[in-house]
Amino acid sequence: MFAELLNDYFFEFKKHFNFIDAATFSSKRDTQSPLDIAFIEGAANSDHDVVTMLKLRQRAQKVVAIGSCACTGLPSAQRNTFTPEQIAAIQPILTKFNYPDQIKPLTQVIPVDAQVPGCPMNLDTFLATVNQLLVDFGHAPIVSKSSTINH
Amino acid sequence: MHQDNFSFSLNQITKIEGHASLDVTVQGKTVTQCRFTITDFKRFYTKAVEAKPAAAAPSLLARICGTCSNAHILASLKAVEAALGIAVTPLTQVRRELVNAGMYIRDHALHLVVFVLPDVYNLDSILDFDETNPQQRSLLENLFKLKAAGNHLSIFAGGRSVHAPDLVVGGFNRPVNSSSIPNLIQELQAARPLAVQLVDLFAQVNFTFERNHRFLALRGADHYDYLLSRTLKTHDDRLLPDTQYREHLQHVVIPHSHASGYQFEGFDFMVSSLARLNLNQDLLQPRTLKDCAAALKFFPSVNVYHNNLAQAIEIVDAIDYTLTLLAKTQFVQEAPVKSARPTGDGIGLIEAPRGILYHAAHVVDSKIDRYEIIVPTGQNQINIENDLKTLIQNHLDLDQLALAHECEKLIRAYDPCMSCASHFLKFKLHRH
Repeated sequence: MFAELLNDYFFEFKKHFNFIDAATFSSKRDTQSPLDIAFIEGAANSDHDVVTMLKLRQRAQKVVAIGSCACTGLPSAQRNTFTPEQIAAIQPILTKFNYPDQIKPLTQVIPVDAQVPGCPMNLDTFLATVNQLLVDFGHAPIVSKSSTINH
Repeated sequence: MHQDNFSFSLNQITKIEGHASLDVTVQGKTVTQCRFTITDFKRFYTKAVEAKPAAAAPSLLARICGTCSNAHILASLKAVEAALGIAVTPLTQVRRELVNAGMYIRDHALHLVVFVLPDVYNLDSILDFDETNPQQRSLLENLFKLKAAGNHLSIFAGGRSVHAPDLVVGGFNRPVNSSSIPNLIQELQAARPLAVQLVDLFAQVNFTFERNHRFLALRGADHYDYLLSRTLKTHDDRLLPDTQYREHLQHVVIPHSHASGYQFEGFDFMVSSLARLNLNQDLLQPRTLKDCAAALKFFPSVNVYHNNLAQAIEIVDAIDYTLTLLAKTQFVQEAPVKSARPTGDGIGLIEAPRGILYHAAHVVDSKIDRYEIIVPTGQNQINIENDLKTLIQNHLDLDQLALAHECEKLIRAYDPCMSCASHFLKFKLHRH
């Protein structure tokens, strides 16, 4: 849904934010510098995911959980409640690639400062969260566009 | 200048949809290993959907991928409805084609504008365009308008462009907002010249990587059909019923990859916009054929980078087809068609923006017993790997950064998911 927000807000976002580590936009990632805000989506489905989340928490003053998987774990965490028969069927893959026993939402791996739930995320909540953070950091909020696209 | 023997890896390619990596070894100026690996940690959706109501399968399985969520919904509906003996109404078919067209416009535009356009302008990122340059500013504004038109069409026809809530087994759960049709037509008409400009822009791009691809795509009866057709067309002009797709496909175990690779009749093959356009150019809308005539002279093409040009042409076709449908369709409220039987098998083969998407449902007592999904990226994986091997072999004289960039560019040309992945490439070269 962020991709749809760009239709209306690309230039606004660019004006208000310096995208330090935005892999969607750039192949030149800065994976070390401190961040004012980290927007993180998804659940921790591997040890690598956990390390990534912990590192982002250390780098960022504020962390925002984006979407249902980050906030609640689901639907990524469906296998947490699989039956023994279902687990047995996927066990070879779990073993081969060293999957963790349980998938955890971002919110159980690190403390977060704000959550934007929903699958897909609710755009009005996202924009309200972004604006609150901008105000918290002493900046003017983004002016809402008339063609709100959340449904 | 490279030494004769070296290896490098592009790893930790994290993205919204997952991970990919590339490991290469060169010995005696020959690429002896080239592993393009999709390292997604699986979320086991086809296992999770077992024992769930068949009616819930499409919206659950859509969560596999945000980018192509509506493609998964449409393929799953086709599979589940076939299993349950449901024949949807002509109006439902039209509305689903509109959902599909909206998805094509927005997905192709997203790929071309956000991921590929920087390559065309020799920039790293869309963020690097110069806003103070009126031409560049105008270009981006127009392309976002084009993408927005696809988004609004998706909202009109399906309720949302991501995880569309209005589509249900048998039809739709709420009517369209007919009062918005005049504005939608106006917006699409305004977007059309922008799409044609995008075609002209990509027709001037001279990136080239050629090989003799084997292509596979759905073949419509009377139009460039992404959704309703049940006929496949092969690169050698054979027509196959979609029910035979699976038996012509061989699963290839890729030991190092979490994802499955596939061959068609024993060979690597390509599914994509390029495949569709190579095999179906004659079925484009008349206005598309006319206004994209210069660009269409490049097709049929074996240049992988023409996949991007094909995507731009498909945006024009999607707009033209949509305008035709909107002009002739009376939208009335219909109740979803009910199941004819509780148990059965069905397949849903559609053209997702990135290529053929296959869903197969085995339903027992209205619940999912077994489910199989084959995504475009899986079908193209071996093809991409082989192409990368050739690309690297042909560019051994390049330095590390330039070689990495060429690899990323080629991956990006294939499809939007790989484009995301390629933006996460971490390139390491270990000289022996």
